[in-house]
Amino acid sequence: MKQTLKNYGVFLLFLTFSGVSFLLEYDFGIRIFDNFMIFARDMVLIIPPAFVLIGLFDVWARREKVEKHFGNTNNPLRFVWAVLLASTTVGGTFVAFPLANALYHKGAKYSSILSYVTAASLFMIPMTIMEAGMLGIKFTLIRLLASLPFIFLGSIYLGRHLEKIGYELPKIDQ
Amino acid sequence: MAGLYVFTGMALLISFFLDREKTRTGLKRGMMKLKKTMPSYLKLLVIIAIVLLLSEEIIIETLGQERIFLGLISSLILGSITMMPGFIAYPLAKILVARGVQYMVVAGFVTSLMLVGVVTYPLEKEYFGKRATLLRNLVGFFIAAAIALVTGIFYGEVGLG
Repeated sequence: MKQTLKNYGVFLLFLTFSGVSFLLEYDFGIRIFDNFMIFARDMVLIIPPAFVLIGLFDVWARREKVEKHFGNTNNPLRFVWAVLLASTTVGGTFVAFPLANALYHKGAKYSSILSYVTAASLFMIPMTIMEAGMLGIKFTLIRLLASLPFIFLGSIYLGRHLEKIGYELPKIDQ
Repeated sequence: MAGLYVFTGMALLISFFLDREKTRTGLKRGMMKLKKTMPSYLKLLVIIAIVLLLSEEIIIETLGQERIFLGLISSLILGSITMMPGFIAYPLAKILVARGVQYMVVAGFVTSLMLVGVVTYPLEKEYFGKRATLLRNLVGFFIAAAIALVTGIFYGEVGLG
């Protein structure tokens, strides 16, 4: 009970504040709540099925397969898989973080999952289409193509560092 | 969005058909993970709600710097500490371009917006731990800067020589 209160304290405080704001027609509070709803609406729809899929991934994905495609440092194709998986991840990093964690515990290398997470924030297909419409296709093409080498270099570099210090990602489901 | 549900439904059906027990374990594990990280998701939403109070005027003013590199640095910092959905960020980016803000600065803003998440820290650390989260965002900051510079070069806003 105490733990629950601690975990959800910020949120409960926020709900109370929003409720009071609506009662008193306090404009500032109502604006914050409206902002909250912008992301909350999407999250409520995306998060549950995403975690169902991550759970299924956990029980069905075989370790050898993950190791083969994401864990072998001599396999440059893993970067291609990482980017493809990233561009099709619905929900961006909110979903990519838990999936990357699951991949890691199935034997994926740091450089693969870091590329995946980074690409997931930069390569979301609906966002990219919107961007091209607003800022022009030239802008989007430069952004996407320029980002690839930096994503890979950054991920390899950071991956090496994390391996060197023997870093391990937290386990979530225990 | 509907596609996600169709896909999840199909995956569940196939999984259930192949192995009920495994499916049950998978669902349990997925829900366990969700339950454990739910507070962080909620916290994140509250933080974003507050960050979104930052008005468009402030952003436009901050990024429309006389000196381009000051604009670039402001865009990277502003993009790192804020987070907004595409349907707010891109119309804003369009306004910036229309007001004469350089493409390099706009690229710095949208890229760091997506790539560096100071506000997503509470969520990311659940999955990556503190150290990797900090380093990943730091590397992301430099990647955003590099992408912005490349954009500036392609638009002829900064010279190579």
